[in-house]
Amino acid sequence: MSNELTPTDNSTPPQHAPRATDVNPVSEKRAEQQIAILFALSGIGSLLLIYSYIYVADDVFIFIPIMGDQNAQQLGIGLGMAMSLFFIGIAAIHWAKTLMPDKEIVNHRHEFRSSDEDRAELVQTVKEGVAGVALGRRKLIKRSLGAALGLFALPPVLLLRDLGPLPGKQLEQTNWKTGTRLLTDPGNRPILASDLEVGAVVQVLPAVDHPEERPLSDIAKDPVLLIRLRPEDFQLTPEKFAMTHEGIIAFSKICSHMGCAVALYEQQTKHLLCPCHQSTFDVTRGAKVIFGPAARPLPQLDITVDSEGYLVARAPFNEAVGPSFWERNSQ
Amino acid sequence: MTSTEKRIGNAASFVDERLGAARWVKKSLNKVFPDHWSFMLGEVCMYSFIILLLSGTFLTFWFDPSQRDVIYEGVYEPLKGLKMSAAYASTLDISFEVRGGLLMRQIHHWAANIFMAAIVAHLLRVFFTGAFRKPREFNWILGILLLTLGLVEGLLGYSLPDDLLSGTGLRITSAIIQAIPVVGTYISFFLFGGAFPGVGFIPRIFTLHILIIPGIFLAVITIHVMLVWYQKHTQFPGVGRTENNVVGHPILPVYMAKAGGFFFVVFGIIAFISAVASINPIWLYGPYTPGQISAGSQPDWYMGWLDGLVRMAPPLETHAFGHTISWNILIPAVIVPGIIFTGMALYPFIESWITGDKREHHLLDRPRNVPNRTALGVMSITFVMISLINGGNDILATNFDLSINQIMWFSRIGIFILPPLSFIITKRLCLSLQRADRELLLHGAETGRLLRLPHGEFVEVHAPISPEKAYLLQSHEQLVALEIEDVDGRGVRRPGALKNKLQRRLSKAHAVSVPKVTEQELKEIENH
Repeated sequence: MSNELTPTDNSTPPQHAPRATDVNPVSEKRAEQQIAILFALSGIGSLLLIYSYIYVADDVFIFIPIMGDQNAQQLGIGLGMAMSLFFIGIAAIHWAKTLMPDKEIVNHRHEFRSSDEDRAELVQTVKEGVAGVALGRRKLIKRSLGAALGLFALPPVLLLRDLGPLPGKQLEQTNWKTGTRLLTDPGNRPILASDLEVGAVVQVLPAVDHPEERPLSDIAKDPVLLIRLRPEDFQLTPEKFAMTHEGIIAFSKICSHMGCAVALYEQQTKHLLCPCHQSTFDVTRGAKVIFGPAARPLPQLDITVDSEGYLVARAPFNEAVGPSFWERNSQ
Repeated sequence: MTSTEKRIGNAASFVDERLGAARWVKKSLNKVFPDHWSFMLGEVCMYSFIILLLSGTFLTFWFDPSQRDVIYEGVYEPLKGLKMSAAYASTLDISFEVRGGLLMRQIHHWAANIFMAAIVAHLLRVFFTGAFRKPREFNWILGILLLTLGLVEGLLGYSLPDDLLSGTGLRITSAIIQAIPVVGTYISFFLFGGAFPGVGFIPRIFTLHILIIPGIFLAVITIHVMLVWYQKHTQFPGVGRTENNVVGHPILPVYMAKAGGFFFVVFGIIAFISAVASINPIWLYGPYTPGQISAGSQPDWYMGWLDGLVRMAPPLETHAFGHTISWNILIPAVIVPGIIFTGMALYPFIESWITGDKREHHLLDRPRNVPNRTALGVMSITFVMISLINGGNDILATNFDLSINQIMWFSRIGIFILPPLSFIITKRLCLSLQRADRELLLHGAETGRLLRLPHGEFVEVHAPISPEKAYLLQSHEQLVALEIEDVDGRGVRRPGALKNKLQRRLSKAHAVSVPKVTEQELKEIENH
């Protein structure tokens, strides 16, 4: 410390210059009036709130630049509330800054560490307490206590068991079976291959007994996108090509990354884009991932037509749709 | 004695005879709180939390936390006759049929955003000024806990209306849970009451959102504030301020009036924003169904950086022995955030290990005087900002006509290059500022006044700086590197050579700083 500067006198805080309100009675009076005005503004805000709540109809709109049309009632209640709160606060702060004492004071700090005697006494007290319990000597109690506490931990966990069913095969299965018709969503109408022109995209769901009553957990895995291209546009393996029908290809709409609906189709590039994390799938190459974090192509549904010419699934999905999970068996 | 005084005296006496509170209350009312604008950031957190409790309670009076299907028959025409959950329908009712309901919803949502922003700002203030150092490490950890809880509470909160956007957020949450090896699928099924979206999540997250987590919040905030009270607030260095005192205004009346007034100001500002600025207009999104989505789906900003990390992850999955591990989800959504939050919580201990400093600290650092820590902070901010930019890559691409792929590649590469770069630049800047301080102390402030000497030379006149300023510039401690020998006094190799080497290296890097002005140097200057 020898070559460091010794601080200038560091024992007392520097004296503040007196404020105008401390020396000038006129300023003091003025500050008092300002504070009163601020409190009055707060009162006006409260009145505005009450007025808007009772007298302004809820279907009146006011145009505000940038913000657009605003509901007059909500706006009046909101602005009234803002005023009534804000000006109470400003008045109190103005009061504190102009009229309340300006003098800073000093408190002293003490080291938090307890004295050595206190620490020693604590150790002694704890030792005596532990000695009284004498778990070290009473092996039988120690072991049975351990066993009881261990078992006691199980019931709370077990009691939560009925929060939900076990997963079973639910994530691997969808409502697509061999011969299931493809229904439009919305509308629930079956589709003829000829309904789709080249370039068309349609969302479909499997035909089930009560299509209007589908549970959301089915809608979370069943949606399929139908896209019709010219057959020569595809660059698919023969097996994958056999799963298409006259240029119509069907993919699960549920993203193989995190399960969002892959809803953006770019007509020109024939890319499907997931709006959540921008995974991009090339439709012509069997929904191969060409960008983004998804690690697997969208599962392809094998489709054909039934005796009446309606599009049906030839087979269920041959892999689980949607995001990955530990039990998923991917080849 | 006036009659009022007498009545108050009687009441006080009644309480004191039963609790003996006079001594403690007297001491407390004289308690000092130092003044600095940045000390208000923590207050903003607490006040917005109170606002959240008030506005949230209001909302629970009308909100119906249920996934029961209902047909909407309310006043909002575009959705009339649609099938939706009772949760979504009741949120519409709050927005359109309860007077002031929309305002309360917007106050609740804006307050949540401001709560999180204030927590982050408060955390940065505490970090950059070294306020987390001994004896305040516990409070730092509690703060990190509050930040983490805030993230979860926010996510649960904006999921409750069960609209298309929030449902998409839950879909992603369930995918993250499913990605956890071995137990993930089971946890997801138990949380959601079956395969996503299940039947039970709205009432369940409602209980968590309005009871369990706010309860934990209240407890932790109480301890957090009580510790500040008990340990006394830190203060910035200055004349009259030492490690052994605390200088400022007493609680009664100045601090009480200012802090109490400030609560009303914060509430007033949030009410104003909520009155004029729409937030989360759920009626535009429609009810949730997993088969649909809206383009530009974005979480709230405090989750946006995590989403950005997920977006930039490489497409990596491992398939082996009939099992799948999704690294593309686990790394950005579980492992990296885990490392970040654990690292943050442990930072006070890491720094104290590096510096070997085990003393109590009540005077705050000026960020420039601890270049390594400041640079680390800026590096972390850079990391989060790049993630956040990538979290909004679709919005940026459409608004600024950019290529989304290019933004993604910028983030993927930038996340590795820019944080270290910002570390180096910040450290240089801190050292430059230290040099400028030294210059100011030795040669005074520049006046901009040029003087021509008799022999034709031009010099600028420097004015001496005030003693207060001079004191501030010299009040910090010179950083010193630890001296750790690999061999002890008798030439025997000490254990943990690698650990010693690491500690020595880090300590050396931490201690890089400009030498402080010495008395000798000042004297020499005076003699010139």
